[in-house]
Amino acid sequence: MLLRHTTKEIKPRSALTINPAKTCQPIGAMYAALGIHGCLPHSHGSQGCCAYHRSALTRHYKEPVMAATSSFTEGSSVFGGQANMLQAINNIFTVYDPEVIAIHTTCLSETIGDDLSQMKKKAFDDGIIPEGKEIIFCNTPSYVGAHPNGFSNMVKGMVDGLCEPSDDKLRTVNIIPGWVEPSDMREIKRYCAEMGVEIIMFPDTSGILDTPQTGKRDFYPKGGCTVAELREAGSSQATIAMGPTCSGAAARSLDVKCKVTPEIIELPIGLSATDKFINTLRKVAGVAVPESVTDERGRLVDLITDMHQYFYGKRVALYGDPDQLVSLAQFIVDLDMIPAYIVTGTPGKKLLKRLKAVLGDKYNEDNIAIGQQADMFLMHQWIKNNPVDLMIGNTYGKYISRDENIPLLRHGFPIYDRIGHSYFPTVGYAGAIRLCEKMLDIFMSKQDNESPEEKFELVL
Amino acid sequence: MDGILEKRKKQIHRTDEAKFDMECGKASLAGSVSQRACVFCGSRVVLYPITDALHLIHGPIGCASYTWDIRGATSSGRQLHRMSFCTDLTEKEVIYGGEKKLYKSLCTLIDKYKPAAAFVYATCIVGIIGDDMEAVCRKVEKEKGIRVLPVMSEGFKGTKKDGYKAACDAISELVGTGDTSGISKHSINILGDFNIAGETDIIRSYYERMGVEVVATITGDGRIDDICKAHGATLNVVQCSGSMTHLAKEMQAKYGIPYVRVSYVGIEDTSAALYDVAEKLGSEEIMEKTRELVAAEVAKIYPELLEIKKDLEGKRAAVYTGGAFKAFSLVRSLRTIGMIAAVVGSQTGNKEDYEQLRELCDPGTILVDDTNPVELSKFMQEQNIDIFIGGVKERPLAFKLGAGFCDHNHERKIPLGGFEGMVAFAKEVHASVMSPVWQFARKNKG
Repeated sequence: MLLRHTTKEIKPRSALTINPAKTCQPIGAMYAALGIHGCLPHSHGSQGCCAYHRSALTRHYKEPVMAATSSFTEGSSVFGGQANMLQAINNIFTVYDPEVIAIHTTCLSETIGDDLSQMKKKAFDDGIIPEGKEIIFCNTPSYVGAHPNGFSNMVKGMVDGLCEPSDDKLRTVNIIPGWVEPSDMREIKRYCAEMGVEIIMFPDTSGILDTPQTGKRDFYPKGGCTVAELREAGSSQATIAMGPTCSGAAARSLDVKCKVTPEIIELPIGLSATDKFINTLRKVAGVAVPESVTDERGRLVDLITDMHQYFYGKRVALYGDPDQLVSLAQFIVDLDMIPAYIVTGTPGKKLLKRLKAVLGDKYNEDNIAIGQQADMFLMHQWIKNNPVDLMIGNTYGKYISRDENIPLLRHGFPIYDRIGHSYFPTVGYAGAIRLCEKMLDIFMSKQDNESPEEKFELVL
Repeated sequence: MDGILEKRKKQIHRTDEAKFDMECGKASLAGSVSQRACVFCGSRVVLYPITDALHLIHGPIGCASYTWDIRGATSSGRQLHRMSFCTDLTEKEVIYGGEKKLYKSLCTLIDKYKPAAAFVYATCIVGIIGDDMEAVCRKVEKEKGIRVLPVMSEGFKGTKKDGYKAACDAISELVGTGDTSGISKHSINILGDFNIAGETDIIRSYYERMGVEVVATITGDGRIDDICKAHGATLNVVQCSGSMTHLAKEMQAKYGIPYVRVSYVGIEDTSAALYDVAEKLGSEEIMEKTRELVAAEVAKIYPELLEIKKDLEGKRAAVYTGGAFKAFSLVRSLRTIGMIAAVVGSQTGNKEDYEQLRELCDPGTILVDDTNPVELSKFMQEQNIDIFIGGVKERPLAFKLGAGFCDHNHERKIPLGGFEGMVAFAKEVHASVMSPVWQFARKNKG
């Protein structure tokens, strides 16, 4: 009973968050920035923020994560962080020689009112930005929103800082994949290649946070969207933005700045959401869906028909980030399971509308918690009052899983205690097959382990 | 890029170079990829293992998320320290102040959990918006009748070391308030062990076998009541000198309790620690029991260590720790199993520490203060390292370069302190250095 301190009785709380289902914006900005080739993320704040974010990303991806910090002191907090920033920019270009520095703020630099665009201008005027090198930035106050918003802000920062408008549109389609795993980004690229669509994907952390062991250490691994590609993204004919929370703002900004038509869809996790993605790609690029892709879909549907009796009626608790939650909830409904609870610490009531759209008559606002006090503690209380068969979410669910003997399928960020997310995607039809396999493994193992001897069967 | 900033060159030294004037205790350069953390982090890691206290973080959610149960400090009693409590400040409070929210949160939590005391941690933002945390804590203390201690750990107010000091300040508010009657004159406090993977329990058992009473463990498997009567002990035994020397010095000044600096890493240092304590307590009976204990424990583990040493003789290690004192012990421990520490560094060592390290290490060893991944990779390649001993951020770096890794920080899963810890350490190092994976993985040839 690790969480023996969780009470069954639910009392309204007005001030306190217990066991959060979110973290702060800057880590999202750091993760997004790592998806540019040759980019060094920079945290404008105290050293601790940068250290925590690097540690958290390292624990999740099992990869070295590079990022610099302005190393705020008491002095910079009083007199402003400009001196630190300029020194940092100079040091970074001198020693680490990145193509681009992607700066995000922290609660500290936000509150003292540091102005990043003014600092960038000063750096430019002082001549400390070498020829051809870039600085992009975004604001990520930790006391507003949560980590997905930080991701969104940095992706928008890429558009605002690098994409160039052009009247000559290329055939390319931009893909903003949202906050998914490197393996997912790789998989989305595979689908686009199957469909014969030329794309620019940003950010793209494949090849950066899933690098092979080579005995060498490249400070900037070979993956990622290049600065040249990002500039060219302004010439693409359309943008497909996956996940409105993480990718919507960038797509809209690209439309305003460069007149690239945005198509904002949900993350292609599960059957319906992947259908939507493939169809959107087909329409936007004017291509036909090849047999290889329809066959993949067919195999997924075949699996679901084979096994649907194991899914029916199972109650599932979902927690994590809005974009993941919407698509997972839809998949749960597609599989005839029940989305019993949906919890995210990331604020924003728009999520309710999105959930309503995918859940239809399964939508029940009483089982959805969003924003402040929507935390793991509340979800645990809900589960204590009415249990579920399965939890889907990040590693932080493991305490509840253990205490209540409810299996946990790890998905989302962060995952500190299992592997797999780095290697196997959950987007697309093949990803949906993997999710089904994991769920079935859980249900069937439970049946095998817990059924009485006379009901223990060879064939399931 | 050659990877070394001009300004950093004085924080790097080779033991076979003549001139030696290590610059340390410096703030990290802006723009470096530092492995260091902040004041808040320092306070949080020190106080976190106090298991029956409430730990409330006053700030935005990140500071709470990243420190939620990340340190495997085990408890023999309550698990309250493993919960994450945060005021989760939003824009509104940043503008209008967060005192009300703090007050409400504290009251809710104290009513609900009846903790033995409460620690409230200040984060960067609290320092900027000017919440009077101390006043709120005083108010709640009066109303609820338990100690509510503000920890002034605003992230930007220095380095992790300053966070240790803020934590010590909070602890020393408690010391001296408890009843010390019945405490033996052969008694100690264990300072600076955090019960990672149950290490404090091991150390405590040694002292108990020696006939020494352990009054308080600060903070591993810590209890508020014990800390309150810590001033009744005869001696403070301080490990992890970086975090706890401040408290030891204060207790010496205030209560006249002397302290010794020890380490429980490795055979030599663990034995020295126990002998030192026995000697300071001045009891021949305790000394005799200590001799027996050390002889028995060493005899138990020595054959196995010799066996492990056969494979590891001459292998080369890089060591990067938080405090420098642990680095000394690791250099000696590595020597015990035939290995050479070829790169040794710390986040927070001081000048004397590095001078001592220079004496201790083999010629040609690279000493480094507050390093970064670029330097570390460079040194690892230059020195042809077989294993890296460090923390979470260094682990994947080592593996990518084709070297083994042993976590000697928060994420160790097995106890590495004491005599049995030495065997565990040797086994872990052996398993990683000798892993068959290195036949397939490429090695770190620059």
